[in-house]
Amino acid sequence: MAKLLLYLTLATSLIPLFSVAFSPENPTDRRVLVLVDDFAIKSSHSLYFGSLTSRGFQLEFKLADDPNIGLQRYGQYLYDALVLFCPSVERFGGSIDVASIVDFVDSGHDLIVAADSNASDLIREVATECGVDFDEDPAAMVIDHINYAVSNFDGDHTLIASDDFIKADVILGSKKIEAPVLFQGIGHSLNPANSLVLKVLSASSSAYSANPKSKLSNPPSLTGSAISLVSVVQARNNARILITGSLSMFSNRHEKSGNEQFLTEISKWVFHERGHLKAVNVRHHKVGESDEPAIYRINDDLEYSVEIYEWSGTSWEPYVSDDVQVQFYMMSPYVLKTLSTDQKGHYSAEFKVPDVYGVFQFKVEYQRLGYTSLSLSKQIPVRPYRHNEYERFLPAAYPYYGSAFSMMAGFFIFTIVHLYSK
Amino acid sequence: MAAAAKAGEATLRHAFGNVLSFFILLLIGVLAFSIRLFSVIKYESVIHEFDPYFNYRVTQFLTKNGIYDFWNWFDDRTWYPLGRVIGGTVYPGLTLTAGTIWWLLNSLNIPLSVETVCVFTAPIFSAFASWATYLLTKEVKGAGAGLTAAALLAMVPSYISRSVAGSYDNEAVAIFALIITFYLYIKTLNTGSLFYATLNAIAYFYMVCSWGGYTFIINLIPMHVLLCIVTGRYSSRLYIAYAPLVVLGTLLAALVPVVGFNAVMTSEHFASFLVFIILHVVALVYYIKGILSPKMFKVAVTLVVSVGLVVCCAVIAILVALVASSPTKGWSGRSLSLLDPTYASKYIPIIASVSEHQPPTWPSYFMDINVLAFLVPAGIIACFLPLSDASSFVVLYIVTSVYFSGVMVRLMLVFAPAACIMSGIALSQAFDVFTRSIKFQLLRILGFSEADAGDGSSANVVPENDAVKVDKSEETIKERPSRKNKKKEKEQMEKAQAEKTSAKSKTEKRLLVLPMELSVIGLLLLVFMGAFYVVHCVWAAAEAYSAPSIVLTSYTHEGLHVFDDFREAYAWLRHNTEVDDKVASWWDYGYQTTAMANRTVIVDNNTWNNTHIATVGTAMSSPEKAAWEIFNSLDVKYVLVVFGGLVGYPSDDINKFLWMVRIGGGVFPHIKEPDYLVGLLLLFVETDGKGFDRVRRTEIGKKYFKLTHFEETVYLENFLPHYIYLLTVITRQRGREQAHPAQKEADHERRILGSRK
Repeated sequence: MAKLLLYLTLATSLIPLFSVAFSPENPTDRRVLVLVDDFAIKSSHSLYFGSLTSRGFQLEFKLADDPNIGLQRYGQYLYDALVLFCPSVERFGGSIDVASIVDFVDSGHDLIVAADSNASDLIREVATECGVDFDEDPAAMVIDHINYAVSNFDGDHTLIASDDFIKADVILGSKKIEAPVLFQGIGHSLNPANSLVLKVLSASSSAYSANPKSKLSNPPSLTGSAISLVSVVQARNNARILITGSLSMFSNRHEKSGNEQFLTEISKWVFHERGHLKAVNVRHHKVGESDEPAIYRINDDLEYSVEIYEWSGTSWEPYVSDDVQVQFYMMSPYVLKTLSTDQKGHYSAEFKVPDVYGVFQFKVEYQRLGYTSLSLSKQIPVRPYRHNEYERFLPAAYPYYGSAFSMMAGFFIFTIVHLYSK
Repeated sequence: MAAAAKAGEATLRHAFGNVLSFFILLLIGVLAFSIRLFSVIKYESVIHEFDPYFNYRVTQFLTKNGIYDFWNWFDDRTWYPLGRVIGGTVYPGLTLTAGTIWWLLNSLNIPLSVETVCVFTAPIFSAFASWATYLLTKEVKGAGAGLTAAALLAMVPSYISRSVAGSYDNEAVAIFALIITFYLYIKTLNTGSLFYATLNAIAYFYMVCSWGGYTFIINLIPMHVLLCIVTGRYSSRLYIAYAPLVVLGTLLAALVPVVGFNAVMTSEHFASFLVFIILHVVALVYYIKGILSPKMFKVAVTLVVSVGLVVCCAVIAILVALVASSPTKGWSGRSLSLLDPTYASKYIPIIASVSEHQPPTWPSYFMDINVLAFLVPAGIIACFLPLSDASSFVVLYIVTSVYFSGVMVRLMLVFAPAACIMSGIALSQAFDVFTRSIKFQLLRILGFSEADAGDGSSANVVPENDAVKVDKSEETIKERPSRKNKKKEKEQMEKAQAEKTSAKSKTEKRLLVLPMELSVIGLLLLVFMGAFYVVHCVWAAAEAYSAPSIVLTSYTHEGLHVFDDFREAYAWLRHNTEVDDKVASWWDYGYQTTAMANRTVIVDNNTWNNTHIATVGTAMSSPEKAAWEIFNSLDVKYVLVVFGGLVGYPSDDINKFLWMVRIGGGVFPHIKEPDYLVGLLLLFVETDGKGFDRVRRTEIGKKYFKLTHFEETVYLENFLPHYIYLLTVITRQRGREQAHPAQKEADHERRILGSRK
């Protein structure tokens, strides 16, 4: 028994050494915990899991109510991403609860949540924490009597087809998704005030969310394209979350649909294989010098440069864009300038320090749809002129100099005349 | 033979008196220094309160980087993100003084720390100030009065309150500079020496370097000059005392970066220029009067007066036009509140919010100057017997300073030296009268002849001589205009005059003899009063004014308890936060945070930017989310909040909260004071259910709530006067608020400190 324990601890302590974990230098997730209701999902959704393992992810399957599961040990997170394929779980096993999942995301890790028509309050709570509100009626499903899947005609039109994708290559890949995505599950709505959550796949305008078993007595609360089928969240710390109301969407059943391509592409995005930017080598110096000063003087000419790269899944490639701007900022931007690029990831701009002293910041706030947000700020004080940096003699003041000295001379002559003339 | 012996005896007595005076002065210096050491003995050798911490930090910078870097110091750690040009906005006198002392000691291989030098600068300078008081009073009423005044000043509580060891503030050196400037002015006025006039300008320069209160000098001296001219006391000595001071003093004052062009452009200085012009006109009038015959003079007078009037009118018109064109009429807010005491509370909440800018209460006069309050009227009367240029100046000084001290508690400090001088004169004169009458009566009882008794009064040789001198100068003033500058004649006249007056005063003094019993009782009462004063001063120095205010003490049944949470909180900041982190707090704690925690602050005690302070006030009195947004826009990482409800510390942020609302509302109109008041009670929120407004004796309105946008990071000791909240970045946005109606309501209700009804 003791030997077994020893092996276990050895094995677990070595795990971080063997696996390549998420890091700023290598931002793709590697270790993924998949929580399932029962292990049958492992085989029924094997295509999706297969695409993940083929891209190098280490999947660890656990039952959601397994008493031994935990996201962290000794303050270290054991996983880079969490996949919740357990829509009906009422209580997680082990140390996992809503708060620990929220902390997991807050510390920059990724999350995939798949609900279903019988989603538990727990899963709904997780989704709510992420800014997604599932339809409150527990029996409701998304129904579309026009855009339903012909292949699986069972009369209630809950297996719907949708091709209303978000228009962002960085999220869904540059290759167009040909076939519509088949979806069977509950819809959700997004708070319009929430700027972090994006509707990736929305239902068509003829869809509505209701209980397919009962008669529709009052108008459904969620209708048309307000219903989101698949949503993603990019938190302010660049943690990425995918939330959908259908677990069956990931399954192997929908062969001819665009599900596989759609889900592969979007999980590339969620697991940071795409759209992850980094900025390095932030430099600034006076024009004509190369050392970075600790303080600038007003009206100095300076040069600011930064290098921006995008993660391709395996290596850092130069990021090329013409809309990166730098601000010279003190409560409001005093200088706002577009950086010019050399197409190799190097961005630079030259500008004059404004005639205002204070504590400024070089700010690059680069937020583009789907990309991780770049928010660089570097503090730099700007001082006024020193006492000896002003002009010594002002041309405009020569009359005053003249009057002062002529006055002195005149007084001197007057004194001599007054004292020594009789 | 007898005459020679008598003369020898007189010189001996004179020499003995001088030596005695010297030792008395030395002891007064020791007294002034040592009475201010209670704070070091009772607590420790630390810098006190708020502003001294800034001065200490500046001095450290000066000693480390030298004077040029100090002059050009742009401080990026205060007033984030505006920064502050320290070199151009600080009165450098105190810093340079302490820096020089430190440098001097170090070059003598006495390695004292900068802090030690700073702590003891104020006591040293209070010794100087009492010596300066001696000199000033001696010029006015003789050495006896000088010694008494110096002794009184050495321990006047009002001055002690600003100059205990550790109270490293501008006033510490400024009071010395003020008195020495007045002394040199009086000295020049009495001697007519250009040497003293130059020294006077230099002393004035030192005062300008040290304290914004220099405007008091540059208004008081012109007032006195005007008074002298109006009362017909114009003399060339007056001209020498005043004209160089204005010219040199203004030039020198303009050299101080913080004053600069203000020395010629603000209203506070205009009075001196106006009097300068008037003085020249008067001088011209006297000159013309001297060279013209009376008839011609009458013609000239009409000419000169009309021309002078026209010129004056023109100048006044220009001045009025200039002044009227500026929105504040050329007066800075603090000066305006001096003239109209209700000005500040009406228009400038930031000035009114400082307790030392409030008008004093009557008890504070008794606390701060004690028995001097009763002696001052006697001193004023003594100054009128006889009235000289010098004594009229002192009378003017006390009258104006009484007015100013009635407007602002802080200016009690300017009033205290005047009160000491007056009381010194009063006491000295009273002792003089009593001892003389006792002596006279004793001699009569012992059966000496009248003549011998008359000689015996030469014990009072010093004051008598001074009285003669005063009389003499008075006479010469009256005489001078009517005659030309022939020295010999003048001296002869003076000699005759002096003999006449001394003879006259002797006979007068004999008439002014009080009964023996009355004199003895009077003496005893005076001694009792003095003793009471000393006891009060020592008590005030030891108990009332020595607390450094960064350490709190309380007496419990277990004994003395010391709360050191302020320094602990700053130490926490220093050790646990990033160097560039910004700390927001109400402005009182700005100087201490930069000096003790070395972290960037948003606002500090140098309240130069009202909008910035109003922004912080608005954040403090806003709902949590709005406050988070304001603080986030200022890159604030930590918010420092002082809460004294648990230990009963009254001047916490709850006490100051109404000022945050007022100052915030002054700039941002959506903050309205009535929203924070319910009836007469303030509504406040606190986290632990112990919220209690100590000053207003009301329990705060909101208790037991949770913070969502802020996080408590420090929970100091068991007394927790400090809360420091860490601003957390919200990474996600929650969905559906309706899911938690209670939370939503709480969100709306929640404020960092305050709650609307």
